[in-house]
Order: sequence, then C-alpha cells, then structure tokens
Amino acid sequence: MITDKTIKEIHSGLKRRDYSCVEIIEETYKNIEKYDSEINSAITVLDKKSVLKKAKAIDAEHKVSDLLCGIPFVLKDAYVTRGIRTTCASNVLADYIPQYNATVYKKLNDLGAVLIGKMNQDAWGHGGSTENTDFAPTHNPWDLTRVAGGSSGGPAAALAGRMSVFAIGEDTGGSIRNPAAWCNITGLKVSYGRVSRYGSIAYASSFDTVGPMGKTAEDCAIILERIAGKDPYDATSSLNPVPTYTASLDKTLKGKKIALPKDLLGKGLDPEIKNAILEAAEKFNFLGVAVEEVSMPIFDYGLAVYYVIAPCETSSNLARYDGIRYGNDRSNFTEETMRRIMIGTYALSAGYYDAFYRKAQKARTLFIKAYQDILSKFDAILMPVNPTPPTVIGELIGDPLQNLLADFYTVTQNPVGVPSLAVPCGFTKNKLPIGMQLIGKMFTEEILLNIGHQYQLVTDWHKKKPEMIS
Amino acid sequence: MDKASTKLTTDEIKKLAKLANLKLTEAQIKKMAESVSSVLSYVSQLKSLNTTDTEETSQVTGQENVFRDDVVDAERMLSQAEALSNSKNNHNGYFMVKAIFEEV
Amino acid sequence: MNKNYHPIIGMEIHVELKTASKMFCGCKNDPFGAPKPNIYTCPVCLGLPGALPVPNRKAVEWCIILGLALNCDIPLFSKFDRKNYFYPDLPKGYQISQYDQPFAVGGYLNITSGKEKKRIGITRVHLEEDTGKLMHATVDGKKVSLIDFNRSGVPLVEIVTEPDLRSSEEARIFLKKLHQIIRYLEISDADMEKGTMRLEPNISVSEVSKSRAGELPPYKVEVKNINSFSFAKKAIDYEVNRHIAILETGSLPEQETRGWDEKKGITFSQRSKEEAQDYRYFPEPDIPPIRWQKSQINSFKSQIPELPDRKLTRFIKEYVLSEYDAVILTDEKAVAAYFEKAAISKTVPAKTITNWIINKKADIKKLSPEELVKLIQSKSQVSSMPDKELEEIISKIISSNPKAVADYRAGKETAMMFLLGQVMRETRGRADANTTRKILETKLK
Repeated sequence: MITDKTIKEIHSGLKRRDYSCVEIIEETYKNIEKYDSEINSAITVLDKKSVLKKAKAIDAEHKVSDLLCGIPFVLKDAYVTRGIRTTCASNVLADYIPQYNATVYKKLNDLGAVLIGKMNQDAWGHGGSTENTDFAPTHNPWDLTRVAGGSSGGPAAALAGRMSVFAIGEDTGGSIRNPAAWCNITGLKVSYGRVSRYGSIAYASSFDTVGPMGKTAEDCAIILERIAGKDPYDATSSLNPVPTYTASLDKTLKGKKIALPKDLLGKGLDPEIKNAILEAAEKFNFLGVAVEEVSMPIFDYGLAVYYVIAPCETSSNLARYDGIRYGNDRSNFTEETMRRIMIGTYALSAGYYDAFYRKAQKARTLFIKAYQDILSKFDAILMPVNPTPPTVIGELIGDPLQNLLADFYTVTQNPVGVPSLAVPCGFTKNKLPIGMQLIGKMFTEEILLNIGHQYQLVTDWHKKKPEMIS
Repeated sequence: MDKASTKLTTDEIKKLAKLANLKLTEAQIKKMAESVSSVLSYVSQLKSLNTTDTEETSQVTGQENVFRDDVVDAERMLSQAEALSNSKNNHNGYFMVKAIFEEV
Repeated sequence: MNKNYHPIIGMEIHVELKTASKMFCGCKNDPFGAPKPNIYTCPVCLGLPGALPVPNRKAVEWCIILGLALNCDIPLFSKFDRKNYFYPDLPKGYQISQYDQPFAVGGYLNITSGKEKKRIGITRVHLEEDTGKLMHATVDGKKVSLIDFNRSGVPLVEIVTEPDLRSSEEARIFLKKLHQIIRYLEISDADMEKGTMRLEPNISVSEVSKSRAGELPPYKVEVKNINSFSFAKKAIDYEVNRHIAILETGSLPEQETRGWDEKKGITFSQRSKEEAQDYRYFPEPDIPPIRWQKSQINSFKSQIPELPDRKLTRFIKEYVLSEYDAVILTDEKAVAAYFEKAAISKTVPAKTITNWIINKKADIKKLSPEELVKLIQSKSQVSSMPDKELEEIISKIISSNPKAVADYRAGKETAMMFLLGQVMRETRGRADANTTRKILETKLK
C-alpha cells in the first residue's frame, strides 16, 4: 500500500510519478470503506468527489514542491474547519458548521495537504479511550474488542488502519501519546506554545497542545516544521524560532544521556510493558546513549494535580456551550463531561479554591522543578506511555477512578509544558502494541525526534501493521 | 480538607449543578454525588504534599506582555449572516432566547 | 437629613474605552454607531469554539494612564482572570477581567464640596471586557430577549472607590470630576446616555450612636441602571431615606442589588444576597501575565496631559482669571485649549477673551481662535472710535448724498441702507452699525 510508506517516500513517489495524488486518495477512501465500519475512527469523512477534485488539481499542476503537498491527512475533530462539521465528538456540537479555520488546518491546507476526515475522540478530550464519545467508541485495529486509546483515538486508529498518512492530534494529558502507543504509531506532544492553539477546541487551556501523529519520528518532524511557530491569534504561542527538525534527525546519539525513573516501573505497570521499556533502554545503550536510573518520587501526585487543574479549566472552557449562538444545549454533555465540569466547579468555588485549585497550582511548580532537576542533567527521560495494554471496550468508561489511573504516565508533562515523543517499542504476547515516551526540556523537540528517528532506524516495531489491514 | 469533607451530599451536588448551569435528573444527582466524591477524595491526597513557600504556576508559556496593536481586523470579522449561521433561534439579525427578566 | 445617621457611599464606575478595535480581538469598537446588530463580531467576541483572546495594547495602556491620573500605584506585575457566570449576553460563559492583581491600586481623587476639601480613595482601576446587549421584545406573541454582540468584548475599565463619600452631593461632585478627567485623557466619550459610562453606587447608612468610628455598617446596597449624575444623586437620596426608615424600626436593610426606576424615581429589588454569585475567579490561562519596567510606567506618566486641577491653577495664575471663570474655561479640555490658543497672542486681554467665550457665547465651533481674536479686535476698535469722529463722518456723508437724503425723507427705507453702507465704507467697517443708524436717524429727522 502507498499508505504504508513514510511522507518522504510518498513525496518521492509523487515526484517520480510512480503514482498520482488521486491514487493515494483513492487508497485512503478504499481503506475507510473497507475497515472503518468496524474501527469507527471517523466522525465525518469529507465528500470523496470534492477531495478527489482537489487531488486531480494537484496532479494536473504537478507542483509537489512541498513534502506535504498531495499528502492525505486527518484531524482530530477538535479542530474547527470552516464549512466542515466539527463536533468535538459531542452531541452539543453535532451539527456545528464552523465559521472559521483553525490555524493548524489553515497551514496544512495552504501547503496542499489533503484533509479527508474529522476523527473520533473522547468528547472535549475528556477521556483516554475514545469511549466518551457521542459517535460510538473507536475500536483498536490491533484487536477490535479493545479501545484505540484516547482522547485522539480516531486519528491513531485511522493511521494504523492506513486511512490516512498523518494526523493532527491534541494532547492535554496524554491524548496524542496514549492512542499512539496503543495503535503502534508515533505521536508527539509538543512543548506548550510550540504550535498555535487557535481553533483547537479547548479542553484545559494551560495544558492543551497541538501535535503531529505519524508512522515515524521523521514524519512527525516534517509535520512539526510546518505547523509550529508564533500565531498572532494565540497569545500563548511561542516566539522561539522553529528549528528545521528534519536536519537533526541523522545526528548520532553518542554522548546523549537518557534518564530512566526506575521507581515508576513498579506497582501497576504491566510486566510486558516494563520489559519492553527495559529492552528499549538497552537499545539506546547500543546506540551509544548513557542510560542512567533516576527517581521521581513526586510522580505519585501527578494524577491529583491533573485532575484538579484540568477540570477547573474545562468547567470554564465549556461554559460557552449554551446552545444560543451555535450547537445544542448543555443537557447534551455526557456524564463523564458533566462530572469533570462539576469537579472543576467545586474546586474553584468559594471555600474550596485554596485547598484544591491553588494547592494543585503550587504542586505544579514542584513538578516543574522535579523535571528541571532531571532534565538539566539528561537529554530525555524514558518511561512507558500506558500502564497496561489497550483495555477491552467498556472496561474503563464505567469506572471514573480506574479511568483516571490509566493516565498515570502521561498527565504530568502537560502541567509542566515539556515535550514528549511516543514511539512504538514492542508488542505483548497477544500482539498488542506497546509504546514508550521520551520526555525532553522545553522546546527540544529536535532532540526527541532525533532520538526517536535513530531508534526507528534500528528497530521495526513502527513498521508493523494490524493483521486486518492487508 | 479531610476525606470526610469531600463526601458531597445531593444538596451540594444540586448547588454545584446550578453554578455549572447543568440540569441533572435525580438519578444523575445521586450517581454524581458518588463519583464526584470519589474523585475529590482521590485528589485530596495533595494535602500531604508540602508546598510551603512554593509559588503557584497557572501557565507555562514563559511569556509576558503579549499584546496586539489597536487595529481593526476586518478580515476576521463575520458578516451578520455568518454570525447567526449556527443559531437555532434568531430574529431580525439578533440572537433570540426565551425572555429574561432579571437584569444583571 | 437626620443627624443621627451618616450615609456611607462607595462607587463602582464602568467606562468603555474608545479604542479602534475591541479588547481581545480586532473587531470594530463602535457598538453605538453600528447600523445593524451582530455585524461587528468574530470568533473571539462571539465565543466560538477554539477562539482565543489577545489583549489590545492601547486599552491596557489607557487603563494604566487612567490609574496614574487617579494617583494610583501601578503594580509591576499584573494579570487577567476569568470571572465565571452564565448569562445570554456573555458569550464565553466567563468575562475576562482582573481579580486580585489589577493594573492600578490605591489612588485618590481630591474634591471640593462646598467649602470642604475631601480626598476620595480609589481602591482599584482594572480592565475587562463588556458584554453583549440584551433587548426585550415580543415575537410571534412570545416574550423573548434579543441579543446583539456588537458590544461584546469592548474594552471596559472599572473604577472602584473606597466608601469615602458621605452625601449624594459629594457623590455627584466626585462623579463629575472623574468624568472630566476621563474626558481630558481622551480615552472614552464617558457618555452616560450612550452607556459608555455607567455608575453603581454602593450605599449604606451608619448609625452614629451605635457604630464605632471608622466602622462600616454590616450591609450595603448596590444600585444599578443609573444613567445620569442627577439620577445618581436622586437614587442615593432615595436609598439613604429608605435605609433610615428601616433602621428606625430597629431592623437592618437587606444586602442586595437594586435597580433605579427613573420614571418613578424609586429603586427596586433585583437580587438578594441568598442568590449571591460565586464567580470562581481564576487566572486566565490564554493570556500571559503582564510585567512592567519602572521606565515603562514613567513613560505612561509622561503621556498624561495637564489635568483639570492643575490647568485651573495655572489659568488663574498665568491669565489672571477669577476662579469662577477658570472653572468654566477648564471644564472641558477643548474649551480650555481654545481659550489658550486665543490668549497666547496676547493681542487681546485674556479677560476679554474669557468674557467672549463665557458670556457672549461666541460660537467657538465655527470660529477659530484666531478668528475670534480678530473679531474681538474689530469690535473693540469700534468702542474706542470717538463718537465725535463718527458724527463728523456721518455729517460728511449726509451733505455729499443729497439725493439719498431726499429719498429717505420721502419714505424710502432703502436709502437708509445706502447711507449706512457709505458710512461703513468711509470708516472701513470700524463703525458699529446700530450706533451709526441711530445717529443717522437723529440727524435726518
């Protein structure tokens, strides 16, 4: 399949006219038709005729000057797209047709990348399994009885199912990394502010990040180069210059240092995942990286910090959905979303603010220090993405506390703001994907992508695809 | 903030729901009292973390003084039809809701 | 007023800034001039999903300049916060405002009430965004509320005073002075009728015998919907009397928000304490905080124009004006500037210019200051032209125009006009037309 290939390979093929843009698009639609009735990765698939029209125009001009020109992609349905229904997987926005474009979509569209779908997710980002959706759960292409992860489960499953070449996800507490790991793809949670959030439907504003999902670290580097940067419409977007991420990919890892917080590999971690992480550490040793053990005792408070601040911000961010100017009324929120709104409302209300919101914001400062302490001595921290392999559909959604614990490894990076790259690093004996994450200092995506790319040059986990995708 | 105080009563849930502008059924209120309480009890472990002399962090942009110039951005402005395009109820160019009597 | 009671009054004043664009987006800031509803909106001020606010630099600077003009301290660190509440005219379900770290704190404004000089404390000056506008109507037989978001997101400054005002008259004087300063800074029309300036007095009454010095009453009543200074005075008087009547019965007035009904001249209950809002303020995560260098604050200070008090003192001294005249001249910045432009040449005495502006009501909108000076000069030359000289010229004209004289005596009014014109030509316009006519008429009788 063309869609098995990396962005760079497909681009070369297009240039050599091995295949046309139309053929690539046809293939993605064919895969959607073939697999998505079972996977349910998409909420809205764009009208094939109009997408093919765009592909034909690209073929006719044959000016595939940019690497992303003519490449099909999907968006998590949290990005507003002018004239294209955007739901955030909630019935509140079941029929919402945005009046404007998210900056990330505008940038990709301007480069000639071809949008084909708006993908399933946990509504408003509230979840880690794409079960908290009003459009039915997304099934994991590696095992249809299991979840794809979340909240960006739809985009991850679509890439594993070869229904798209790349995707834009959104990560507030693991929403890119968690489904990437469970669907065996590569996903990058960028530094806070690296990519504009304008037009990204807010879950928790001070945690939300817009990031790439692809089959490889190299794909992610190519995408990030094109979507990162200051946006006058997002006051929190960074002025830091955008490096040419692809230029750093081939650097040797010799002399690099990776921290391995062994104290986090104990209780609650699936032994097969633990083994995969230790094997990855050995692989890094082999690549010339010094892997050293560290400890992060504060990590135990991570979920508490996250589950105070994120609900506080979301209770405010979701206040605009009153059904007056657009959308349906507030009775359309799911129970999980209502619960998060209620928790946030409580934690911000008079008499509880200090004990919850303020306390969590102080704890957040301690997390920043803890990460700084380690990252001042290391290039990256290596840890698992998920404590368990993908759960069976229905297993987590009924139990809010269990649901929360599943985010253990991914919720502390967002309050701190640091980037984290999720990379496939093995399989369980039941052939379920395992992912690791590499966490770096603020705005050192080029180092994480370099490490990820070098790892992917000597491993082939990321090349494997689900059996059902033939 | 001991664990006992994070067990919310249905009355407290009702008050919160009003504050959050959510209309909950009696069944939802009962269920919410359980689940909200269990999450609040879990996050109450923060109490045991020593944060003496620790500043709060409310954002990690690392930026300060981000402003825009005072110029009209006509390109981004919506026409009246666009502004109203997703509203279920409008009248003569206005958004329309059921009568509100109380003035805030 | 009953001597056993002291009114305790504080003020909350909202002022819409007249920036070109809105507070957090680039939409046109002209809600009052908009020909249609909902034409000045964008994803930000309409609260669309995914939209983000970016603060308007000029609005922030103006807020600080106002704070400085009100003698406030400008904290070096400041931030925006979200004030969370639901109302159909508030598109995001929260208002971006400032809570515990406003742009300006701890200022004051000196006022003169009668012969007494008083200092009114300014608690804080902060910046926020205005809401949309609600209108009540009946559509298809149903009572509805209509919403226009043209005003949504317009920069709004809130000024909060200490409860230092002790009478409705003091309140009125304070408000007028504040209004004058805002107009001098040229940051707002501060037009009460248009609603670009809105007043909310907080009123309570203290029982002299019962309260210790400096102690505030255990309640206060906020009055809304006041759109003129005189209504503010009336509403305060109404409330004070109402509170005294309640206190006389031994009870305490309820802490509540009341509205002002200008037709009936009364206040009415709007919202009581039981329903008091819990706004759940928290730092606005979408806007990085603001930190000033001392040099920046000094630069803001240097942008403050001469304010009314100082201008008044200077006018009295520099132009040797009475306080009465100087107060009138400095009431509005434009009038004061007009006066100075006219007075600067010193060709005409400042006192004369003052008289022309204040008493003779010279049309200063049509006449430039230079033209006014010329006009005054020509007029004053008439009065300095000796009557004897004028009479001699008139006699000369009469004797050299026998035909016109005969015509006039025969009843032709136009002949008088001719003779008048001849006199004016001879005097090169220096003669006063009325005086000339009177002399002509006497001589031709």
